[in-house]
Formats: sequence, C-alpha cells, structure tokens
Amino acid sequence: MERKTVFKGRLLPYLLVAPQLLITIVFFFWPAGQAVWFAFLRQDAFGIRTSFVGLENFQDLFADPLYLETLRNTLVFAAGVSCIALGTALLLAVMADRQIRGAGLYRTLLVWPYAIAPAIAAVLWIFLFHPQIGMLGRALNGAGIPFDYKLNGNQAMLVVILAAAWKQVSYNFIFFLAGLQSIPKSVLEAAAIDGARPAYRFWTVTFPLLSPTTFFLLVVNLVYAFFETFGVIDALTKGGPGRATETLIYRAYIDGRVNLDLGMSSAQSVVLMLVVILLTAVQFRFIERRVHY
Amino acid sequence: MATLDLAGIRKSFGPVEVLHGVDLAVRDGEMIVIVGASGCGKSTLLRIVAGLESPSGGRVAIAGRDVTALEPAERDIAMVFQNYALYPHMTVAQNMGYGLKIRGLPRAEIERRVREAAALLGIEALLDRRPRQLSGGQRQRVAMGRAIVREPKLFLFDEPLSNLDAKLRVQMRAEIRRLQKRLGVTSLFVTHDQVEAMTLGDRLVVMHQGHAAQVATPMEVFERPADTYVAGFIGSPAMNFLSGRLAEGGRAVALGAGPLIRFADGPRPGQEGEPVTIGIRPEHVRPDPAGLALAIDLVEPLGSETVVHGRLPGGEALVVKLAGAAPRDGALAVALPPEALHVFRAEDGKRLDP
Ligand SMILES: Nc1ncnc2c1ncn2[C@@H]1O[C@H](COP(=O)(O)OP(=O)(O)O)[C@@H](O)[C@H]1O
Ligand SMILES: [Mg+2]
Repeated sequence: MERKTVFKGRLLPYLLVAPQLLITIVFFFWPAGQAVWFAFLRQDAFGIRTSFVGLENFQDLFADPLYLETLRNTLVFAAGVSCIALGTALLLAVMADRQIRGAGLYRTLLVWPYAIAPAIAAVLWIFLFHPQIGMLGRALNGAGIPFDYKLNGNQAMLVVILAAAWKQVSYNFIFFLAGLQSIPKSVLEAAAIDGARPAYRFWTVTFPLLSPTTFFLLVVNLVYAFFETFGVIDALTKGGPGRATETLIYRAYIDGRVNLDLGMSSAQSVVLMLVVILLTAVQFRFIERRVHY
Repeated sequence: MATLDLAGIRKSFGPVEVLHGVDLAVRDGEMIVIVGASGCGKSTLLRIVAGLESPSGGRVAIAGRDVTALEPAERDIAMVFQNYALYPHMTVAQNMGYGLKIRGLPRAEIERRVREAAALLGIEALLDRRPRQLSGGQRQRVAMGRAIVREPKLFLFDEPLSNLDAKLRVQMRAEIRRLQKRLGVTSLFVTHDQVEAMTLGDRLVVMHQGHAAQVATPMEVFERPADTYVAGFIGSPAMNFLSGRLAEGGRAVALGAGPLIRFADGPRPGQEGEPVTIGIRPEHVRPDPAGLALAIDLVEPLGSETVVHGRLPGGEALVVKLAGAAPRDGALAVALPPEALHVFRAEDGKRLDP
C-alpha cells in the first residue's frame, strides 16, 4: 500500500521542497553548469581574453601523456583502495558476525575512522609511515628495507592507498555486518547439515547472498576513491613524488587552482562527472535487476 | 536407515536448564513425533540430534555410533526447517543437489537422484526456478526433496507444516507420512499440533518443560496418559479434571462433586482418603436423567456434535461432548461412567493404575 499525502493548494508542496532545491541549484547545478561551460572556453595567459574553443580542451587533455599517466594512477589507486577496503571490511564483519555479542564495542571502534577528518587521518599515517618519525617507517628502514614514500613512487602509492582504504573500511564494515546479519541462520545451518565445511559454506552460500551488498559497496568505494580522496593525497604526498600519486581529482584541482587553467580544469571536471554518472547508472540498473533475495 | 538413541540429554542456556535429561530409543524406520507446548524444548532437542547445538550432558548415538561430539556434516542426517531454509540464490535443482555435490558425486548421478526425488514429490516442473518464485507448499516440497536426495540415516523435521494454510497442511501431512513409510527412514518430527502428532507418529514423545512426560503410541497416550499434563494436552476438547479422595480401600473415589464411584478395573494403591484427580474426556461423559445436575454456561454446536460447558454442584467445571443437539432447557444431568475414568495422584499428577 502506498500512502500519499494530499495538499490542498498548489503552492505549499513547492514551498516545502524549495529550500532543498535551492541548495542543490546553488551548490551543485550552478557550479557544475559553469564547469561544463568553462570546458569549452580558453583564456589567454593573462586572463584577459576568453574565447570559445569547442572540444579543443578535451582533445588536448586526451593527447596529454601526463593526463593518461594520471588516469592510470587513478585506476591503480581506485582498484587498490576498493579491494583493500572491501576485503578488510568483509573479514572484520565475518569475525564480528561470529561473535556478535562483543560486536557492540567492536563496531564502535571500527566506525571511528569514518568520523575522522582526512587531514587528521593523514597525520596518523604520517606518524606510521614517515621514514624518520613514523613507527613502521623507522622499523622498516632499521630492518634494512629502504622505505621512503617521499622518494619512492610505488611506496607513495601504497601509502595513499592504505590511508584512503582505511577510512572507508568502517563504512563497508557496517554494510557487510548488516548484510551478514540478514542472512537467515537456518540457511547456514541447512548448509552445515548438507555437509558444507565453514569455508565452503562461506563461498557457496554467504558470499553469494552478500553479493548485492558487495556490488553496492564496490560502486560506493570506486566513487570514493575517484572523487573523495583529495584530502588524503594532499595531506600525505601532494601528488608526488613526481606525479606518482596524482589522481584525476587531484590534477583537476592543481590545474584549476594552482595553474589557473580553468578551461583544462573544467574539461577534467566534466570527464569526472561523466564517470560518476556512468557508475551511478550502472548501480541503478543493477539494483533494479536483481539484488533482493 | 538407523536407530537413534538419546541418553540423559541435558541442555542449559547460561544458567537456565531447558532440557532436564531426556531418554529415547528410536527403532529403525520408526517415525517419532515430539509434541509439546511452545517453549518446552522440542526444537532444542532436535537441534542437539542434528549437532547444531551441543548438549550440556548426555549422549546421542545414531546407528549405534556415538555422534555426540561430531559436526552436523558428519552425522549423515537431513533436516527440514520451519522456514524451509532453502538457498535463495540457487535453483530448485541446485538446492536439492547441494549436499550431493559436496560429497563429490558425479554430475550425472546427482542429476538422476534430483530428478527421481522431484518426481516423487511432483516438482519436476520447478527444477529451474528459484525459491522466491515458489509458493509456500512448493517450497515445502523442495525442502523435503533436499532431505530425500541425500538418502540420510535420519530425517529431522522442525514444525515443517506450521507455515502452510490449513488445507495444505492436512495434505502435506498425509504426504509426509506416506513418503516416510515408503522410504523407511527413521524420523523425528517436532510439532506443537496434537492432531499432527496423533496422525503422523508411530510413537509420540510428549514433552513438558524439558522432560519427556510420556513416550508411547498415539492410542496409548490417548487411552492411558501418564500424567495430568499429557491427559490435558492430548485430546480436544481437553480432558475434564475433578478432585476426589480414595475410598473403600482404593476401590472407589469420593468425588468432591458428590457421588462415590467404584472403579471398573480394580483398586488403586494408596491410603484411604488420599486426594486424587479424576480425569474424564468430554466425549465419555453420558447424559443420564438420574445423574449429576450440570448448570450450563455455554453451548457450542459443531454440527454433528455439541460441546456443552457447565458446572457441577460443587462448582467444578465440566465439559461434555454430546452426539447430536444440546438440550434446550438449559439443564443437563450427566453420569460419569466408571470405565472411562482416569485416576491421577493429586500430589504430582502421575497416573495411578490398578
Ligand atoms: N539459543 C538460545 N539461547 C537461549 N535460550 C534459548 C535458546 N534457544 C532456545 N532457548 C530457550 O529454550 C527453551 C526451549 O526452546 P525451544 O527448544 O525452541 O522450544 P520449542 O521448540 O519447544 O518451542 C525456550 O525457553 C527458549 O527460550
Ligand atoms: Mg520450536
């Protein structure tokens, strides 16, 4: 049964949604529209004349080998973050689900990272990985393994992936735990009686039943890795060393704010927007198709 | 096919003991129904047999082998759950074949067995569907099928019919009985429904607060209930209980309601004047113009018979089931035939036999 509220006048409903609409327009559609518009313009070096250049910004962008390298970085970064954040969260959720009585405290502890600002999170990771002052960094160097994420690009990538994934684990954990708890206990018991050992049971019953949750989280994690990790990267590596940890979102910011190339930055923003739209569309399609067992 | 032996099964959840030592010996191919009110420990007992719970004390043996410490997987049993517990992401065929696949049977053999079981249950047309595309009755059959294909030593049923509507329940009840007889697999069937219990079981275990109050055939339980709990639980409307005292050296009872009734089958052991509870089933109470006056409170016509609720002179309630219609004038005189009386000790409710 669907319940509908019936308003008497025409005006009231519009008035009620107006604040929400206004906020969305001012803070999203307006800047987004501007970005799309700027993506087709180019300013001269002194910012005096602006001319319409059509798709030239986009052509330049995809012809730029540095941009393609950034794209590659982003893919590695996003894949790394998603895999680690999902895998760790699933492992923790399965452990919590088994001992659900202790889960209250466990859950609270695990949710903390999510509430920590990116800059503070980054400082924590600096304390861990800094080659001179970080616990792990010093230990590694002491053990004869040269470790300096400020010089070694691969190590830098590893550090930003870990830092970004760590923040997302809590969110994933909550969803995985809820997903696990919604699997009827009797189904797992039936599998046990059918002769399935715990590991086999997990891969043939639990995991498939979790797949809607996993897919939802995968998209959320990709979106997070693509668009919401600016703070972590800025605080930890500033895209360096070289461009080793420069991702699309980071470069869009550098081009716009630092290099003041609004046209190129806007073109990059448009590309990013398209990626979000694509991911969201995939998600909606999928959720409509299956998901509910 | 196998025997099942339970010896002194106890189970505590934290400080609360819910099973207080249950003994049971199930013969090969027998269908035992565990019946009792909700919360008396039926499911817990069944889950202990399945290995889903471990007992706090006692021993479970299947086919003579002690399995108390074994995992469910190692016990070679199959279970049908109340909510069916089908695997939602698998087709009917995959649901039924899951256990066989785990045992490493060749694919052709799995397919053959699944088809056979499906044919037996009339669900061949559903093999490619998923559980959510099935009705309650169909899910029930698939759950049965999943149990059958494994050809286990033991079937365990935990109230498998209680989620079905009344008509389907009766139909599935008969079908389960037929199937069990045909396959000859030793079975434990848990239910809170006394009709299900009476019709399905070779023998019943009537459970009461974590004890097995009586283990006997349905007719024995009905005709010679071991205590007042069993007597009141089996039979509908429930048995009447009247208070009285032993008289004439145990050869008769002096009812609180007035009359002295001589037992038809001999003297009961006990002191003169010892308090007893007399049980009589509503259908055994006879209208008799020379009998006790019954003040009628309520008449429930059921068509072919009528249930009359009333009070005896002493104020004790008595329910009478009459063939045909009730008397119209609001009064009824009844006799309590001596051969239909059950005698229980008032102190602990245990049956007293001659
Ligand atoms: N996992 C459990 N933890 C604590 N108490 C339980 C648990 N399972 C059952 N009980 C308790 O044990 C008693 C018997 O339960 P159960 O065997 O399910 O009864 P039945 O199946 O006869 O209705 C109930 O009082 C129930 O509350
Ligand atoms: Mg139960």
